Amino acid sequence: MQTVKMVITGPFSSGKTEFIQSVSEIDVVATERKITSEAERIKDSTTVAMDFGRITVDDELVLYLFGTPGQKHFDFMWEILSEGMLGFIVMVDSARPETFREARRILETFRAYAPTPYVVTANKQDLPDAWEVEDMRIALRPSPEIKLLPCVATDKESVKTALLELLYNILEKMESGEF
Amino acid sequence: MALKGNLRDFTITQLLNLISLAQKTGVLEVKGPGQTVWIFFQEGKLAYAYSDKRDSSLAATLYRNENITKRQLRLIQSRAGDIQDKELGLLLINANYVTQEEILICLKDEYVGNINNLFTWVEGIFEFQNNAHPSNGKITFRINLENIIMEGSRRLREWEQLQDEIPSLDMALKFTDNPSIDLRNVNLSVEEWRVVSYINPKNTIKQIAKATKMNDLEIPRIVYGLLQAGLAQLVRPFSEKPSTYQKPSLPVGGKKEQKTLVNRLIKRIQSL
Repeated sequence: MQTVKMVITGPFSSGKTEFIQSVSEIDVVATERKITSEAERIKDSTTVAMDFGRITVDDELVLYLFGTPGQKHFDFMWEILSEGMLGFIVMVDSARPETFREARRILETFRAYAPTPYVVTANKQDLPDAWEVEDMRIALRPSPEIKLLPCVATDKESVKTALLELLYNILEKMESGEF
Repeated sequence: MALKGNLRDFTITQLLNLISLAQKTGVLEVKGPGQTVWIFFQEGKLAYAYSDKRDSSLAATLYRNENITKRQLRLIQSRAGDIQDKELGLLLINANYVTQEEILICLKDEYVGNINNLFTWVEGIFEFQNNAHPSNGKITFRINLENIIMEGSRRLREWEQLQDEIPSLDMALKFTDNPSIDLRNVNLSVEEWRVVSYINPKNTIKQIAKATKMNDLEIPRIVYGLLQAGLAQLVRPFSEKPSTYQKPSLPVGGKKEQKTLVNRLIKRIQSL
């Protein structure tokens, strides 16, 4: 059996677990624990080890989706998770601009880890407070060639679009010899 | 009981507060990773400070502040021998090289700078020795600690924020491939220009700091400004060994097979 891996990263509560859940054929294996920090008491529990989803492509190929822990003190996991990844998706909560700086930090860190293709998703676009994607591009300042996609992680079609964009990007890089 | 411990458990802010409130006289020695700093206090006020990593003598300080030239510094060092700061200061004032005010400003900044560096130390063994005084030839002050503590705390907060943006000084910088701003309209300060001149994926931020004589607080501030302006971006240093996970792991070799594999993934995702 052949396996490939993609990493879903982003700040705390950006929607990584929901993203993987939307397309995984197995129940997402998530190690969660109760939130203890006051500042991060936005949801009751958060991912402390990793989310793990699976998509069987055919009899010989499986795609694994790994979500990174969102809290900063689990940074050490990022490097481990990014090992051998085909590409990565950076998720940003469009309705919480206070997390944009953290998203930028994650973006820079992952980009430094490995020159693998990636896309950025502006998640929670269905929320009334969500920032416009173009405004987020200014705030996040990804390189101009990086795709910043509107996303709703609970919507399967939206998640599929993000994954496909990443795969198209990988294909393009293969064709141009950058991969 | 001797006042000693680790900055991990008792911060520099707490120490300075204690020394100020108790109006202590003596020397505080702080041994950090690769550097030791000595700070002398007189009745709870800063009198003198120096570090083993930096020449805080009057001549060296005046040279760093461009009050005297390199040639003058060499002359002082070769001819004046072991002359003490007080004596040298008088000679320089009498010879009209510098004014008394210039000397005082330079040294005050130097001593306070030595303390300010400590605010970013998260670890370091400290010990306070009562009733120790700097040697007679040193020029001393009586500087209130309140402002130093407030300024240090502000710098500490700023440093913590900058750490979020620049997680490691071992990272390098490169110019942004497609800067979003018109470079012709960018106005850089002298310090920024100095850093810009060293931007190269081969130079770590730490190395740039050393070359530009900036401390761990100054360099992140400049780098942050360049990142914010979209002029530069953080990269892994060029000389660093590539990490084991740098290459994406594909279960098949050969360009054609790899493209086929990605196309299989695309088809599967489309069918979900």
